Amino acid sequence: MSGDSTIDIDDTDRAIINGLQGGFGFGERPYRDAADGLGLSEDELIARIARLVDAKVLSRFGPMYNAERLGGAVTLSAMAVPDERYDEVAETVNAHHQVAHNYARAHDLNMWFVVASEEPDEIARTLNEIETETGLQVYDFPKQREFFIGLKVDA
Amino acid sequence: MNEQPTFRLDETDRGIIAATQNGLPLVARPYDEVARGLGLTGAEVRRRLAGMLDAGVIRRNGAVPNHYALGLSANGMSVWDVTDDVVDELGPKVGALDFVSHCYRRPRHLPIWPYNLFAMVHGRSRDEVTEKVEAIAELLGPAVRAHDVLYSTRLLKKTGLRIAA
Repeated sequence: MSGDSTIDIDDTDRAIINGLQGGFGFGERPYRDAADGLGLSEDELIARIARLVDAKVLSRFGPMYNAERLGGAVTLSAMAVPDERYDEVAETVNAHHQVAHNYARAHDLNMWFVVASEEPDEIARTLNEIETETGLQVYDFPKQREFFIGLKVDA
Repeated sequence: MNEQPTFRLDETDRGIIAATQNGLPLVARPYDEVARGLGLTGAEVRRRLAGMLDAGVIRRNGAVPNHYALGLSANGMSVWDVTDDVVDELGPKVGALDFVSHCYRRPRHLPIWPYNLFAMVHGRSRDEVTEKVEAIAELLGPAVRAHDVLYSTRLLKKTGLRIAA
């Protein structure tokens, strides 16, 4: 999980990662359509994507859903976790399926996690459960305005 | 984006989301394969997915990179205490910078947390992130009372959205 990818990425892989972070189609044979644009065969594109997913260079390949447009809610929360309890608390937090991302960060507030749910009430419930289970205060940072979201990564 | 009405999902949409949220099948006809598991036609799955993309329910379709594996390990969450009267005017300018991936206004939690503007900066090294944060500081100018950068030291969990079928 720490990102020690051990595979080598060549220029073709880079073209796939850079070129397909969106725009993958909904045709009958979308890999063939995408492969045409990259000058690859359908089979080679599928094999390379499988390898990149397998090596965790790609977290996944497919639709990225927007929880809020589904009527759900998302929030960012943080906790100040004592070092000696860090792994145990991380395990407790991560055990909640509503926790989508969790990052260790260097600050007094040293654990930052995103909680997403289809049911807005479930956010508060999950944060309460985490407080009860860990005995630590959860600071909630729901977004008030979104100025931009649109990550593109250059491999 | 927040002004758009909620997209009404029916049970079929939910089934499609549940079947694809962890990724598409890596086969020549992935939507046919999704359809088979749900008792639908491939055409129906493709039509509904395209509709969800148009409605913004799907942000985008394709490769979801793992920043860490690509060497972008110096992911810094820059956080800014910007005076309330200008934060909504300055936020979009920060969001428009090409090295900022997410930018939000969020509540302060005084005294531990005075920051109300969050801008995620990705880079290959801390030096690179630090340079980019300096550029944000310049852009924000005197409206900033304090700022900090929280570097991620470990990725503890990363999954897509979970929706029950």
